[in-house]
Amino acid sequence: MGLVAYFDAASTEPLHPQAREALLAAIDVGWADPARLYGQARRAHLLLEQARTEVAEALGARPDEVSFTSSGTQAVHLGVLGTLHGRRRAGRHLVTGAVEHSSVLHAASLHERGGGTVEIVGVDLRGRVDPAAFKAAVSRPDTGLACLQTANHEVGTLQPVDEVAAACREHGVPLLVDAAQTAGRLPIPQGWSVLTASAHKWGGPAGVGVLAVRKGTRFRSFLPEDERERRRVPGFENVPAIVAAAAALRAMTAEAARERSRLSALVDKIRRTVPEIVPDVEVIGDPVERAPHIVTFSCLYVDGEVLLTELDKAGFAVSSGSSCTASTLRPSHVLEAMGVLTHGNVRVSLPRGASAAEVDRFLAVLPDVVHRIRQDAGVA
Amino acid sequence: MTEVIQPSLTIDALGKKCPIPIIMLAEQINYVPLNAVIAVLADDPAAFTDVPAWCRLKSHRHVGSYELPQGGWSIHVRRNY
Repeated sequence: MGLVAYFDAASTEPLHPQAREALLAAIDVGWADPARLYGQARRAHLLLEQARTEVAEALGARPDEVSFTSSGTQAVHLGVLGTLHGRRRAGRHLVTGAVEHSSVLHAASLHERGGGTVEIVGVDLRGRVDPAAFKAAVSRPDTGLACLQTANHEVGTLQPVDEVAAACREHGVPLLVDAAQTAGRLPIPQGWSVLTASAHKWGGPAGVGVLAVRKGTRFRSFLPEDERERRRVPGFENVPAIVAAAAALRAMTAEAARERSRLSALVDKIRRTVPEIVPDVEVIGDPVERAPHIVTFSCLYVDGEVLLTELDKAGFAVSSGSSCTASTLRPSHVLEAMGVLTHGNVRVSLPRGASAAEVDRFLAVLPDVVHRIRQDAGVA
Repeated sequence: MTEVIQPSLTIDALGKKCPIPIIMLAEQINYVPLNAVIAVLADDPAAFTDVPAWCRLKSHRHVGSYELPQGGWSIHVRRNY
């Protein structure tokens, strides 16, 4: 196999070397049940609590506010439904942005099927929720919970979390902030009541999510009772993976300031160059208020699946929100809500260490790949 | 409610997947007179978003999208130049 540039960090960041090291060490010493009282168990417990303290510190939480889940999706499901359950007497109305991760929207659908109500706040052409509309939505007196992501996973646009958090506080509504795309890369915004994240997006292993519930926020798991993770998450903790996740977060956070400005400059270059070298292309998402590592563009008249396949052949691992590339027949709900082209879509998301040379090679290859696909479709 | 303008040309892209309806529209738009309306019949959900987005990018005008009784839409576009 030839040279492959991995540009799909928004799906999953490659395992950080320090996470790998921590994982291998913790498999040997952290395998016992942290809830038991003998030596090996106390050791596992200690490792787990150390990891919890580190993750809490990196996310701006207290250790007792942090629970580990089996994924970011599970963290969102438990966070949304557990907070709504805890606040069911205050009201069963849920407010969420239109471009949230599908885990939020699917939890919202379940809540609706169970008799709750949901309001979905729309976004502008750049994928940012309208703060005024969000504020108006959370002022509804029976609002039990509001959800907003830090940054969009498909186009990178940052959401107005601070503004929305202030409005939620004013109305006494808890705010779930989904930090999956920015944890370890950007500082966590203040003002969350519930915070969710996913370790494999910051260079940890798969199988570890974070659910942090701010002290004072009413929360009650909707699942059968279980003692683990402060009764918020059922099941035996994966201590070695959690230890590795904490190591990755520590390492990523330490490198973040330098790495994000470097990656952001590469993203700026892609944003600037692609429309100059490829005709009929639209770079989408906010050019400035965005996650440092994500850039998305759509090529008119191009089948997204063909484009991804050709880029794969040319040695680039990228992703797409175009429907033809997904298992579903519907186009991405994010692109739909923004009102931008849903076909010919390419998301480039740069992992830690992505090089300028790789980006240059991508920019050198892209125009010809797009041109050939258009030629085959009879439009060039 | 404003009256729906009779299209000068109708493109049948029913059963065609993205981006074919847009490709057909781009090919045909120059065959209608300036300010005339062209209708794209499509049932791929992507077309519902993509035709208006194409209009925005190409500075033509998306007049409206009307549901078809058999499913899909008739998406009306006015040629601007």
